[in-house]
Amino acid sequence: MNLMQWVEDKQMKKDVEPFGVGDTVKVHVIIKEGDKERIQIFQGDVIAKRGRSLSTTFTVRKISFGIGVEKIFPLHSKSIKKVEIVRTTKVRRAKLYYLRNLKGKAARLREEK
Amino acid sequence: MLEGLIGKKIGMTQGFDEKGNSVPLTVIKAGPCTVIQRKSKEKDGYAALQLGFVEEKGVKRQRKAMLGHFKKSGSPLTRVLREFRFEGQAEVKEGDQFFVDIFKVGEKVHVTGTSKGKGFAGVVKRHHFRGGKASHGSMFHRAPGSIGASSYPSRVVRGLRMGGRMGHERVTVRNVEVFQSDKDNNLLVIKGAVPGPNGGYVLIHRA
Repeated sequence: MNLMQWVEDKQMKKDVEPFGVGDTVKVHVIIKEGDKERIQIFQGDVIAKRGRSLSTTFTVRKISFGIGVEKIFPLHSKSIKKVEIVRTTKVRRAKLYYLRNLKGKAARLREEK
Repeated sequence: MLEGLIGKKIGMTQGFDEKGNSVPLTVIKAGPCTVIQRKSKEKDGYAALQLGFVEEKGVKRQRKAMLGHFKKSGSPLTRVLREFRFEGQAEVKEGDQFFVDIFKVGEKVHVTGTSKGKGFAGVVKRHHFRGGKASHGSMFHRAPGSIGASSYPSRVVRGLRMGGRMGHERVTVRNVEVFQSDKDNNLLVIKGAVPGPNGGYVLIHRA
């Protein structure tokens, strides 16, 4: 199995800032248009993290013009430049899927002290 | 140039391409392969190289007849021997070794292995028959249905698809891309799946 580990380690990012469920993050996504590259930022709350090592993905939810939008990002993908933590909140669940049923004030997360 | 190598399937994982899309990957321990015998057109009727797959855990015992065969080439014992067609016998000698670097990253290869045995499989799994409805009073689920007419021809036509042993047969996946190769660890990482269980032996050919 150590050979599998070797293949995976080679592709994994080593400088990932650890973030958790409930954190508000800015995801820097590299977007290629023709031969030009630019960075788009997707800001929202991390509502889920799954998988392990190379196959880790996380789900970011934000309210865009009154409509809830969720994106699932592979953590170690080359198209994710970096993940910046804006704030951390106190949550008591590993998956915050209940936020999908809440709106406005009820859907806020309380900041960690 | 040599056409192929013998390898061992290690397992599957995923990786990312240049665009950042995730791709399925299979890790194969390929080579080193030692030339055990050179077959020539004059002597054997066809030109080929017989290769032995050198594994970390060597082989201590072999049948007496095989011992003589290995002795002739002067190379250590191996468990697996396979032949690859090869012209230009003059360039190689018995005992020469080939490594993963005969394949380049991005090159297309064919991978041959023995598929996982599925046991006695029904007609739906084995031949992709559609089967019947599961519910709403249906009494026809996964049965094969009619296998022919009655008094004429009074027999079942040959080769009719029915249930039976499935898998454990030689399967080749064609034109799979080499994603990564590493000579130090003798690793070949291939895009997509490869037949057989982890630890199964595979042949990697040039496409």
